[in-house]
Amino acid sequence: MSLRSSHQFSTSPTLKPGLADPIFDAQSVFRAALSANAYPGRRVSIDRALDAPQPLATSTAMLCLSLMDLETPVWLDRQTAAGDVPQWLRFHCGAPLVERAVGARFAIITDTGALPHLNEFYAGEIQYPDRSATLIVQVPSLTEGPTSVWTGPGIRDSASVRISGLPSWFWSDWDVNADHYPLGIDVFFTSGNALVGLPRTIKVEA
Amino acid sequence: MSTNSNNEQSGHNEGYNFAYLDEQTKRMIRRSLLKALSIPGYQVPFGSREMPLPYGWGTGGIQVTASVIGPKDRLKVIDQGADDTTNAVSIRRFFQMVADVATTEKVLEASIIQTRHRIPETPLNEGQIIVYQVPTPDPLSKIDPRESETRKMHAYAEYGVMQLTLYEDIARFGHIAKTYDYPVLVNGRHLMSPSPIPKFDNPKMQDNPAIQLYGAGREKRIYAIPPYTTVKSLDFDDHPFSMQSWSGCCSLCGSTTSYLDEVITDDSGGRIFVCSDTDYCNDRQAQLLCDEHSEVQT
Amino acid sequence: MSYVAVKGGERAILNSQKLVAENRRGNPKVSELSLDQISEQFGLAVDRVMVEGSIYDRLLGALALKQAQGDALEAIFLLRAFRTTLPRFGVSAPIDTGAMRVRRRISATFKDIPGGQVLGPTYDYVHRLLDFSLAAEVSVGSAEANAAEEALDPTMPRVIDILGQEGLIEEEREGGGEVFDLTREPMTFPAGRDQRLQNLARADEGFLLGLAYSTTRGYGGAHPFVGEIRLGEVLVEIEPEELGFPIAIAEITVTECQTINQFRGSAEKPPQFTRGYGLTFGHCERKAISMALIDRALRAPELGEDVRHPAQNEQFVLPHTDNVEANGLISHFKLPHYVDFQAELQLLRRLREEHEAAKDAGATQ
Repeated sequence: MSLRSSHQFSTSPTLKPGLADPIFDAQSVFRAALSANAYPGRRVSIDRALDAPQPLATSTAMLCLSLMDLETPVWLDRQTAAGDVPQWLRFHCGAPLVERAVGARFAIITDTGALPHLNEFYAGEIQYPDRSATLIVQVPSLTEGPTSVWTGPGIRDSASVRISGLPSWFWSDWDVNADHYPLGIDVFFTSGNALVGLPRTIKVEA
Repeated sequence: MSTNSNNEQSGHNEGYNFAYLDEQTKRMIRRSLLKALSIPGYQVPFGSREMPLPYGWGTGGIQVTASVIGPKDRLKVIDQGADDTTNAVSIRRFFQMVADVATTEKVLEASIIQTRHRIPETPLNEGQIIVYQVPTPDPLSKIDPRESETRKMHAYAEYGVMQLTLYEDIARFGHIAKTYDYPVLVNGRHLMSPSPIPKFDNPKMQDNPAIQLYGAGREKRIYAIPPYTTVKSLDFDDHPFSMQSWSGCCSLCGSTTSYLDEVITDDSGGRIFVCSDTDYCNDRQAQLLCDEHSEVQT
Repeated sequence: MSYVAVKGGERAILNSQKLVAENRRGNPKVSELSLDQISEQFGLAVDRVMVEGSIYDRLLGALALKQAQGDALEAIFLLRAFRTTLPRFGVSAPIDTGAMRVRRRISATFKDIPGGQVLGPTYDYVHRLLDFSLAAEVSVGSAEANAAEEALDPTMPRVIDILGQEGLIEEEREGGGEVFDLTREPMTFPAGRDQRLQNLARADEGFLLGLAYSTTRGYGGAHPFVGEIRLGEVLVEIEPEELGFPIAIAEITVTECQTINQFRGSAEKPPQFTRGYGLTFGHCERKAISMALIDRALRAPELGEDVRHPAQNEQFVLPHTDNVEANGLISHFKLPHYVDFQAELQLLRRLREEHEAAKDAGATQ
């Protein structure tokens, strides 16, 4: 790594701000993410405000600002990459943007219609399954989609979850992801100011 | 006094970031924690930092707590089950100093419990976080100290050697002679050290509603058990896992179900047993007093 | 009921800290040490805590030593805990020890070398006789050394580079790529050279010395030659992206040691000399030589040599070099372990009962 200065990015007048309180906002958002990942399928709200750049929802943008930095290569889908988000991410997080999905630690998807197949993302190494990608998939709704039934660690008995906007093949791809355990990607679904965690351990009946 | 939100002896130290760690370090640890929850029982390597307390004294747990804690939290710190052991006091003072955080001795009032060697007797609730201090995260390291080898065993779930080690005990003693840091299989896949808790506490990890996080600072590993997760203590069909039990009860509160410490009371070897969990014991003593009191009144 | 559980941990800790402060100060009639005094007169102690504490700052090193009552390991720990809170701005360009302003430079492999042998400040030829004149606390005469008649060559080629011209010694390869940062990432095995050297540079001097010693007594490796030791000042440069050229940010003192070892060759490689490398902040020759020996010993797998001895085994050496880690775990045994001890006590009683019962059963049969 070489000395990095934020001055090299010209701050356009339209560049949206980062976290209002970088320490406590990030802590609060992380706790929401921790809860979402610990109790998969539950909708967890973030009670912090942010003026997010288009097309990011508040929760998507908050997750980016709280978890990404110069150590996490990020992949953006075409819709996300088209606007101010790349510049915003580089400026506030210093995160390197990568062209190929397989090189990313985080992937941000706002256009679920164009979601790449899950096996295009990095699933980790058999000796280091923690190195896999985390997908942040922004969806229209976390409560009004078709019902799916989730089971696995973090869920007592089962959870009924209604994520909307996912491509038809999503859950069969997810089965394949689960088959490779402990390898596998992990997902956060985001919408508005809320998120739902879907770690690789979860089995889903759609 | 069991709770206080501000310690006049310490006070927030302005020279350091909130909770000591810088934000970049917290992000790195937070990412590791999320991955740890996604792969229950798998040890995630992380860039552990030097802390102002020595390695081996809880630096892993401290780094995890420091990355998780916020102004709304209430922290409980125990060592050997007790809130007032010196290392617990020392760690609690550290967080009062660097995070100005509210503390408590009550399990049910705490949002975060950092512990060394025990799980509280009082069952935990959903949303609570328990952070274990871990000296030796890999149960296989006693069998093969080479990380390159144990990493392969974890990768392919080749845990026969661990099973064999336990079986050697059975062959020699007729039962498994492991009393603490008793290995568990998490979510049916990863072999995990529960940290040096007595095996008495092992069943509490299974299907616990709380979030269980483990930090090993010196060995630079973080791992986790999500709520409602299968945690099975290794055993054999003909030699099922069994816990410690005592013939007597706690000399202070009379509990017959808690983990007891032996206290030597005189030079001639006289001894009594008392609860190792001080909060649990104090609660029961208060309850007993209360009951006696109400009996007198009626 | 006479038993009352022990309480008062907090008060005990605070009082203990006061006692430490009292002991640190010692007799208040004796004048207090200043950081300058420590930095100037305990320079080698400061050098050691800087290199193992991984922070180049003489005054901080002096402060740590003062606070730790001169205990090197405690001072190193203080520096480490401080440095971990500092932001990382970037990575410097590699320092060029060939361009060092040399104060000492010797080679054990050639009688004379371009630039000459420069003895400089060393205890090597000082007879270790207690100097009672120092006890008088008054300087006797001038301690100033005589200036050489000729100035030293401003650049002195490294001895090993001279051997390289003949192809007798293995070539030094540029590592390339991003440099591993031991302070931010956990080690992985097999460790790259960057991981190994960073680890050894921060390693406990005593541990490295003992290990290096073992390699010369049949536990690995051949007899090494000290190709060169040099001590002096080098520039530290960074190259900010927006500038595109390097700027000097500091001048630091370093000790560098390069050892030359025999290598009998393999199917692919002809016999040639191989290298071991040691580098420390400040003046720490013992550490630099030990580091070079261990660096070379740990290259066994890379050179196709059998790994037979502790010093050649990276999974033995590298995880155990750090005295902050080692001291932490060893001293943690002082912490209460009575929950686990209780468990062991119970087990032992049970095993003894079972043993007795088995004996009795045997006797009655």
